[in-house]
Amino acid sequence: MARQSEERVPVIQVTGLKKKYKLGQIGGGTLTADLQSWWARVRGKEDPNLVIGTDTRLFGTTFMALNGIDLTVYQGEALGIIGRNGAGKSTFLKVLSRITAPTEGEIRLKGRVASMLEVGTGFNNEMTGRENIYMNGAILGMTKAEVDAKIDQIIEFSECGEFIDTPVKRYSSGMFVKLAFAVAAHLDSEIMVMDEVLAVGDMKFQQKCLGKMSDVAGQEGRTVLYVSHNMSTIRQLCTRCIVLDKGKLIYDGDVETAIAIYMDTTDVNVTHYDLRNVGRQVPSAGHRLFVEELRFVGKESSVFADNEPIVIQITWKANERFDGVNMKMNLHYRDGSAVGITHPVNLGAAEPGKTYRTQFSFDPGLLGEGQYFFYLDVFEKSLTSPICLDKPNVEFHFEVTGTDLTMPEWPTGWGRIHFPPVKLLESEAE
Amino acid sequence: MANNQNESWTTIIRPRTGWFDIDLHELWQYRDLIWMFVKRNFTVLYKQTILGPAWVLLNPLITTIIFNVIFTGIANIPTDGVPSFLFYMAGNTVWTLFANCINNTANTFVANAGVMGKVYFPRLTVPISQVLTALLNFAIQLVMFLCFWVFFAVTDPGSVHFTIWLLYLPVLLLEVLMLGLGVGIIVSSLTTKYRDLAIAVGFGVQLWMYATPVVYPMSQLAESPRMAVLVSLNPMTHLVEAARMALLGSGTISVWGLVYSAVCTLVLLAVGVILFSRIEKTFMDTV
Repeated sequence: MARQSEERVPVIQVTGLKKKYKLGQIGGGTLTADLQSWWARVRGKEDPNLVIGTDTRLFGTTFMALNGIDLTVYQGEALGIIGRNGAGKSTFLKVLSRITAPTEGEIRLKGRVASMLEVGTGFNNEMTGRENIYMNGAILGMTKAEVDAKIDQIIEFSECGEFIDTPVKRYSSGMFVKLAFAVAAHLDSEIMVMDEVLAVGDMKFQQKCLGKMSDVAGQEGRTVLYVSHNMSTIRQLCTRCIVLDKGKLIYDGDVETAIAIYMDTTDVNVTHYDLRNVGRQVPSAGHRLFVEELRFVGKESSVFADNEPIVIQITWKANERFDGVNMKMNLHYRDGSAVGITHPVNLGAAEPGKTYRTQFSFDPGLLGEGQYFFYLDVFEKSLTSPICLDKPNVEFHFEVTGTDLTMPEWPTGWGRIHFPPVKLLESEAE
Repeated sequence: MANNQNESWTTIIRPRTGWFDIDLHELWQYRDLIWMFVKRNFTVLYKQTILGPAWVLLNPLITTIIFNVIFTGIANIPTDGVPSFLFYMAGNTVWTLFANCINNTANTFVANAGVMGKVYFPRLTVPISQVLTALLNFAIQLVMFLCFWVFFAVTDPGSVHFTIWLLYLPVLLLEVLMLGLGVGIIVSSLTTKYRDLAIAVGFGVQLWMYATPVVYPMSQLAESPRMAVLVSLNPMTHLVEAARMALLGSGTISVWGLVYSAVCTLVLLAVGVILFSRIEKTFMDTV
């Protein structure tokens, strides 16, 4: 069945979608408390239920979680949705899967939507795996006959065959997730909505899920909407990608550009730092030698693939004669935890009153995916301890993205360094 | 061709509009889910209990015995010449159906916020399944009642007899279900904002029973017309009396009372559904 590109059938059409949330307290207390507050407001008295110190100016102000989204999604597309936290991704999925209604605008859909905003929605611990398949299927909109037709496929995909008649409260969390994904993936819905469900389960199963979803979109002609912070799964699965920022759609198009734009919306869009008017970490720093400027060379954002060298240029001025000026970088993860320091590098000798422009490169290949910053430390070697020459009190931010798809997503608790592969010395049969 | 495609949208998601926004066709498509919920409600209720489903029968049986002891044995309230045991059991069985409908639907949104926050299905399936669960319980209790009915009819011939009102019983039960559903979903809609209503409802239903001729016959109020009028304002009064008339051949029935009950039922159900349809689309933002 050959599909022609001009025969693209729109299955989701979003026009002017807005969702407004009220900030501050929205009732939710008791009826008497609400009546009390109302009565106090009527008499012009202070609300007795207001938390002391609350800024009443904020009361009743609103927040646009979605601020005018227009989008058309075509049949068979695997659309990635990315954006920073609070950009409106989850709200968009919630409105799309009809969990909450929009404030303005509308969405037109062709076909059923199966949303997996969480795995195992509606699973009941007391019921067996088989019963839960029927229950979950029914919640996701399947009839009993449809589940009947697919139950063998579902059980096989879930890899839970021998435990299928055991109550799911005895399942491991991995099995639970596998079963839940299996149900959703085998739904006959034309549109599938997923919110980072693949962040769970073991690597092998994650790859299986990604493969299944690619099939669902590519071969079965269904439409997949996928939200994730994991750029490598977005790369692997999606054929098109949109970027949300502050409730607006800021990019719609190919995946690589979208990821680049998403990176720009994070903290790493500064590539040039003017250091002439910033403080120094050590009082003595910046007198004998002064670093005026730092820039990431040849980049519009300081986002680097882990196989791409980070090229940095500093401009510095010497106020006296140096035989050798040394420089090192103190690396931190974005939460401030120390990652390590680079080996000092000698920038060479310097004449007083001269300004130097120095480029150096740093290989981020050992760093796991994530956002980092470094402090620049310029010092003079001495017989005893090094003497600090300049150390601007500025965090220079950059981000490293993983390119190796065989590497799992970088979890917390692994540190930040991934070492080169161990060397295999010998391996032979006994 | 392109125009044809534009016409074939199956779902349109819009802001909350209008006062009635429930898709009954969709509700029908989800009938399997309703049935799954009923099964779940019934099995989960009696999981990890010693006596299991026997509670469905023990509950009304014990209640009937206690009513018998207190209201006939101690307070000596007459029961229209019908064996008091059957009198209380009939009233209690019908009342339990109503009370279960309200109590179980009242916490629809709060109890299911977890599931409803993650996946869409017609929200009305939950209260409807609760009402059907209550009906299932009622059916089992009715069988027990009929056993006792046969026992009394054999041992004490002439004490009880069915009347032509028996034909009206299905309509009565439907009314009880609709009234319970209506009141229940009104409460459930309001509890998304005011949690204390959930506490009030259990107590309120208990009080409501005493305003309904469950433990006393309507005929007892003949001497105090003011009380009779007050009790007649309760739509359940006429339904319970009519049910007893159908099953036992005793009761006070007025056509106006039945019409009044039917009107009340329809109004409350309509208000409930409208309120529910207004709340269901945005309750996740407030709950």
